[in-house]
Amino acid sequence: MIRFAIRALIQRKLRTVLTALSIVLGVAMVSGTYVLTDSIGTAFDSIFGQTYKNTDAAITGKSAISNNQSDTTTPATFNQNLLAQVQALPEVGAAIGSVSAEAQLIGSNGKAIVFGGAPNLGFSVDPDHPDFDSLNLVDGSWPVAREVVIDRATADKKGLEVGQMIGVQARGPVQRLRISGLVTFGAVSTIGGATLAGFRLSTAQDLFDKQGKLDQIRIAAKSGISQSQLISAVQKVLPAGTQVRTGQEQAVEDASGTSSFISFLQTFLLVFGGVALFVGSFVIANSLSITIAQRTREFATLRTLGATRRQVLGSVILEALVMGVLASVAGLLLGLALAKGLFRLFDAVGFTLPNSGLIFKPRTIVVALLVGILVTVVASLRPARRATRVPPIAAVREGVVLPPGRLARFRAGGAVLLAAAGFSSLLFGLFNHGLGTSSVLILMLVGALAVFVGVALFASRLVRPMASAANPLARWSVVLFSVLVWPLFSLPFWLLRRGAWGPGSRGSRVGGFILGAALNPVLLIMVLIMVSRRAATGWRPEWPAEFPSVAPDRSATDIGGENSRRDPQRTASTAAALMIGLALVTLVATLAAAIIKPFEDAVDQIFTADYAITAQNNFSPIPPSVAAAAASTVGLESIASVRGGDGKAFGKTIQVTAVDPQAAEVLTLRWQDGAQAVLGQLDSDGAIVAKSYAKSHRLVRGSPISVLTPSGSTIQLKIAGIFDPPSGGSPFGQVTISSATFDRNYAAPQNLFTFAKLRGGVNDANTQSLEASLKAFPNAKVATRAQFKSNQISGIKSVLNILYVLLALSVVVSLFGIVNTLVLTVFERTRELGMMRAIGMTRRQTRRMIRHESVIIALIGAALGIALGLILAGLLIARVDFMSFALPTSQLITFAVVAVLVGIFAAIFPARRAARLNPLEALQYE
Amino acid sequence: MSASPSNVVVANGITRQFGEGDTSVHALRGIDVCIPSGELTAVMGPSGSGKSTLMHILAGLDKPTAGSVHIAGTEITALGDTELTKLRRRHIGFIFQFFNLLPMLTARENVLLPLTIAGAKPGPGWFDELIGRVGLTDRLTHRPAELSGGQQQRVAIARALVSRPSVVFADEPTGNLDSTTSGEILALMRSSVEEYGQTTVMVTHDANAAAMADRVLFLADGQIVQELPRSSPRDILLAIEKLGIR
Repeated sequence: MIRFAIRALIQRKLRTVLTALSIVLGVAMVSGTYVLTDSIGTAFDSIFGQTYKNTDAAITGKSAISNNQSDTTTPATFNQNLLAQVQALPEVGAAIGSVSAEAQLIGSNGKAIVFGGAPNLGFSVDPDHPDFDSLNLVDGSWPVAREVVIDRATADKKGLEVGQMIGVQARGPVQRLRISGLVTFGAVSTIGGATLAGFRLSTAQDLFDKQGKLDQIRIAAKSGISQSQLISAVQKVLPAGTQVRTGQEQAVEDASGTSSFISFLQTFLLVFGGVALFVGSFVIANSLSITIAQRTREFATLRTLGATRRQVLGSVILEALVMGVLASVAGLLLGLALAKGLFRLFDAVGFTLPNSGLIFKPRTIVVALLVGILVTVVASLRPARRATRVPPIAAVREGVVLPPGRLARFRAGGAVLLAAAGFSSLLFGLFNHGLGTSSVLILMLVGALAVFVGVALFASRLVRPMASAANPLARWSVVLFSVLVWPLFSLPFWLLRRGAWGPGSRGSRVGGFILGAALNPVLLIMVLIMVSRRAATGWRPEWPAEFPSVAPDRSATDIGGENSRRDPQRTASTAAALMIGLALVTLVATLAAAIIKPFEDAVDQIFTADYAITAQNNFSPIPPSVAAAAASTVGLESIASVRGGDGKAFGKTIQVTAVDPQAAEVLTLRWQDGAQAVLGQLDSDGAIVAKSYAKSHRLVRGSPISVLTPSGSTIQLKIAGIFDPPSGGSPFGQVTISSATFDRNYAAPQNLFTFAKLRGGVNDANTQSLEASLKAFPNAKVATRAQFKSNQISGIKSVLNILYVLLALSVVVSLFGIVNTLVLTVFERTRELGMMRAIGMTRRQTRRMIRHESVIIALIGAALGIALGLILAGLLIARVDFMSFALPTSQLITFAVVAVLVGIFAAIFPARRAARLNPLEALQYE
Repeated sequence: MSASPSNVVVANGITRQFGEGDTSVHALRGIDVCIPSGELTAVMGPSGSGKSTLMHILAGLDKPTAGSVHIAGTEITALGDTELTKLRRRHIGFIFQFFNLLPMLTARENVLLPLTIAGAKPGPGWFDELIGRVGLTDRLTHRPAELSGGQQQRVAIARALVSRPSVVFADEPTGNLDSTTSGEILALMRSSVEEYGQTTVMVTHDANAAAMADRVLFLADGQIVQELPRSSPRDILLAIEKLGIR
């Protein structure tokens, strides 16, 4: 039987390829994701492993708060006296101390050197102990005082050479240092586009504001001493607030942030692969049911020859299985190419991912094949069951109607029930507060799937009214589109072809040809290819071609409209694939709008300063020296910064923020208990908290609260005020204290934002003088309130764009679905098309008829998808506090336009096939 | 009439009604018929006479509204789908007007299809003998699309015979062929009856085809109106004229 299955697929090559494509894309996404993330992960592992290749033990500062979630707090440092103590131990062969921190390189133009969002790593190097260093010096020499080594990739990209001076900014203002050499990091040329800057220890300590302190000590054991002996010896001299790990443990610890990012990236991308496969399953199911309807006679013949229902079922499933295997293998290979392409893409935008070769794990092969095959086979079950209902008598009688299945009469009711169950699951997951995150996610996932399938099944009931309603919309949107492309495509194409081989006087042909070439030179290439093909082969393109017109063709579109209503189930399934993609796109757009709107409102309410100072990338913390420099601006009325770090209160890790006394003048809060003046009077023990935090921990004004800091100190505080943040949030963490208290308890404090008020408010002169006072800090950026809002939102917008690109994959899959349905429909209606051509339908009318049907399908999908997306978004927004519903009108219009374009593009190929049918042959087609 | 071993197919009191109420059509109105073993029986009648419906019911493709059908001693009207399918494998072969070959299979695979489906193999020498008989020896690797109409019908005949069924039903086997080819196909069917003793029921409205039969049944308005033994085309045409059914 397997031979028959393969033969049946080969027999219908075009149909098979079109059907399989929908699975190929989904599987490619899955395998591409695995290859990409595995490759990045392996590369990072090798980087971190290399860092500690000759290190037997590493001493680091120990944070009193176990898991450091935010990167705003630098890990605790320790006194460098420890190094001498460690070196004196008899078990220790060699030990070096080092410090590291963010160090921004500044180009000769005074601009910060950044590649995408990659970090700017600064660290001390110890040329006396090259064994500990994973850096290779490739040019020049190791640095002495006031010198720096930088990575070769950065030097190459920016044209920097040994001996040149370069600006380096860390905690303080920019320092000019001499480039003493170029380095590479082990075998990899770059770590994700990060810039590297290596200094002498003393230089680094000055730059990083860590005089007399170390971040890490790396130790090599004396020969003959085991790692465990070394560790226990070191442990004896360790002061409080430090810890020792083996080199390997330290590498794993260092990599943990990266690993969790990679696993997030993996899940994130897999979700979109899953969406594409889900959409693909609709396409497969639909294509198979159409194919099976067309093969009724074949199945009936098999039945008369003694095939049982089970054998028919088996043969269809087997076909799906073979197709699933082929599509999954193709998808797997395409995934490899996709991963390669993504590496190139990231490289092109400056975010070079570490790549030490593509990693193709067996797990990738197993998962990709399994998922692809499973989805195909499951999608084939319903069509296969349909095939078993073909009665043997269909072999001899035309137009046998399949007996309805046992469950057919429950279909509509079942669809409604399924959708309702899906919604209930969503609601339960969203609004039942006692559930864990994973069960909420599972409930929502299952709910959303059920809703999609339910709506898709029920949609066949909606097709007739929706198709009628979409009819005029489809007609006029196509006319509008035709009008737009007419001068750029339709007219020049006609003119060029007429000029090349058409009828008419020589003069008008040459004139037309020149005009056409001027209007669209790209088409000239196409027509020249056609001319040479015409000259070389017996191919004769159709002529006289109809003059391009855009007037709507009522008769053709009316038949197209009728066709779309003729098999509601088919139209519904085809539209359902597009529905899923559009629902998700709408959901994402609506959620983004729901985040942005309250955020802007919150900024408008709280931000009563004139300017904000942030890092160039809008989110990195900036050293307090920036605010100090800004404070010297002429005409400054008030300035206040918000610092941030981790803390622990009531047994939970929280974000602690701190404000300067002048905050009362630049930030305005609504108070539940307390007053604006409290912001300036926090002193050494005052704290403010948000209303919700106060409520959940039963805090009132005067309540004591103690916060544990990463350095191990505990701050005893009293609640001085309780504020009511707007729904869009506030710049504050759970507990906010005074900067003075913060600085006493946190090492190397960093600012999240700085706000300033100047005499005269926002004007060009003030902007310039503020920028002038920040000249030594190229990494700092001055923004007005409006700029600040759009800067902060730009992050959400770029996430939104990434989501759009990923969801576009599922829209492409559904586009293939429409193409497939239309191609199959053209096969099925060959005789009918021949008849209509025979009684006078022109080729153009044939094309328009098909295109109209396609656009109607797309519009139905868009309407269902947008409606569903809005409903789902509404549910989520109702659940989440910081979001409020706002209709993303312009995006929704864009999506509808995209849907029409999908319809138009999907119809191109099937319409050409239909138009090319020879009426005589078509009439004889069986 | 009884289900004696010499009668492969026995039908009693067959009626078949399509639709219900005012729009109902009585396609068959009480038909009793026996198909004796080793004979070629032709069923003739004008369009709408019920001849195709009769064949569908005799072959178990359709169920009668009333009456019983025995094939090789088994009452089939009450059989479930699986039992009927099993019976079809053992006892029934089909030849169709439009050949109904599977387009993706070669001639050889098409011929062997009933055995493949049943998980069986042809007896030694039988396949070669059959292919030689229908004259397809050098066409075995061709696909249906590469064969002429006559060749396709030869494949279909070999397919019907390959499992040596108790009875072969042929539905207008020459209806889609030109007259020369028709003659060849009919001769082939006749020879299968004579050489292999293949019981065959053939529905046709071609007098030349009916003239090959050992017995000709005439149907009109759902009833058997006349029966002729082996006759010449002339006699058959005369009978049709007399009945006024053409």
